[in-house]
Amino acid sequence: MIPGFGMTLGFALTYLALIVLIPLAGLLWRSAALGWSDFWRLAFDPRTLHALEVSFGAALLAACINVLFGVPVAWVLTRYRFPGRRVLDAMVDLPFALPTAVAGISLAALYAPNGWIGSLLAPLGIKVAFTPLGIVVALIFIGLPFVVRTLQPVVAEIDREIEEAAATLGASRRQTLARVILPSLTPAILTGFALALARAVGEYGSVIFIAGNIPFVSEIAPLLIVIRLEEFNYAGATAVAAIMLAISFAMLLAINLIQAWSRRRFGHGS
Amino acid sequence: MAAEVASVERAAAIARVRAATTESRGGRLALIAVAVAFLALFLLLPLAAVFTEALRQGLGAYLAALAEPDALAAIRLTLIVAAIAVPLNLLFGLAAAWAIAKFEFPGKALLTTLIDLPFSVSPVISGLIYVLLFGAGSALGPWLQRHGVEILFATPGIVLATLFVTFPFVARELIPLMQEQGTTDEEAALSLGASGWQTFLRVTLPNVKWGLLYGVLLCNARAMGEFGAVSVVSGHIRGLTDTMPLHVEILYNEYNFVAAFAVASLLALLALLTLVLKALLELRFDGRSGAGH
Repeated sequence: MIPGFGMTLGFALTYLALIVLIPLAGLLWRSAALGWSDFWRLAFDPRTLHALEVSFGAALLAACINVLFGVPVAWVLTRYRFPGRRVLDAMVDLPFALPTAVAGISLAALYAPNGWIGSLLAPLGIKVAFTPLGIVVALIFIGLPFVVRTLQPVVAEIDREIEEAAATLGASRRQTLARVILPSLTPAILTGFALALARAVGEYGSVIFIAGNIPFVSEIAPLLIVIRLEEFNYAGATAVAAIMLAISFAMLLAINLIQAWSRRRFGHGS
Repeated sequence: MAAEVASVERAAAIARVRAATTESRGGRLALIAVAVAFLALFLLLPLAAVFTEALRQGLGAYLAALAEPDALAAIRLTLIVAAIAVPLNLLFGLAAAWAIAKFEFPGKALLTTLIDLPFSVSPVISGLIYVLLFGAGSALGPWLQRHGVEILFATPGIVLATLFVTFPFVARELIPLMQEQGTTDEEAALSLGASGWQTFLRVTLPNVKWGLLYGVLLCNARAMGEFGAVSVVSGHIRGLTDTMPLHVEILYNEYNFVAAFAVASLLALLALLTLVLKALLELRFDGRSGAGH
């Protein structure tokens, strides 16, 4: 009989309750205490709705771009051998390791009208920094590893014999990719997309430096929480936070459902 | 002669199948070009920009920015916060993994899900919950103030917010690893007369040491780099409650770009070091856990 069950479970539960559950429950309790009409007024005022729209729209666009480029990146890094592959592969985790504030000021410097990339785009009339487009750029950076890292193990596990079978049955490479490979990657693509989206919706540090933060234009929902707090408007901050938390949990549920479906359908869970 | 013809035919058939199971040379090169260009644009350029901007006015200005007292205070606070938060979450990770991996009990799946919860909470909300708990408008706030206990806008608040955002890192590495290893090693040690602690220290810990280091590494990177959650609880008092990422923001907002990027470059170096150690650990134990944080 292995000892220590009571002690480890007791410590884990106490610590979980103190650090995570009680503070989160506090937020829910405070938003419930607002009462329905106050909550409705604070959570759905035009500025809040607009901030949620900006957060969601930008996160959605960034997640789509990450899927579009993340699929080839995962494919190339897993299937091909070329000089520099290992370094690039390790670099994919940079957004996990680089503090968001550092990413934020660096992207702002790159895409500012006098920055390396901004100065190339300025003659074309494209402004990225301090516009909603800047938010998308920051969220692409933040979400990139979620898509690539979710896809890589699945690409590595594809059975080459299936591709050979398709080829000997007369399928062209293009047909094999579209009809055999892509369907087997679909659950992983969906999971990566959802993870990138979930992270991007709540992202703060990398966005605020490049966004311009203009109310009704480029103001994200997490920033609005900070602004409400700075005005000592705790009720307002709580209402926006409760809405965002509900959205996050809905997305978490969606991710779990995708994974359960994928396990049933394809026998692997990501 | 006939044998040669047969072997040529077979080689041709193999070449046909191979051509149909991989992309054409041109297609491969195009895909590599797309992937490299995308990663260069979104990963390498931002990293390069940090160091270029930091050294814009030469090494002298760079070093002067780092030697500034407020910068040094921010570095010290960041190290203190990580030195408290990482060991606590390590302890929790070990306890949770031991309970979940070595025993059966109802509610195990729910507990595992709850441990991952902080990853799906926006960093700003992670800070806000402590403001609501300990702030002036809370039930605890006035009591704390009367007794002179400072949590918000002081180091304890920063530590709490950091604990929350780095909560799952160690546990989520250890739980699957210890589940995979089962209980046979521990049972053998115990049946040979080892005590519970001896079994843990001499059998379990060596078995999971690489996964443990991996989790600690990621936990530490996030603890030192967290911005949103810490920003909400810190109060931004220069030289007192500023961590390195917050100090970067203050300097940047003062248009002191060289100093902002100088402090940022230290954090970027930490990120690079993290990536190198992570790659080395992945070579040692094939423990890449995929995405999710």
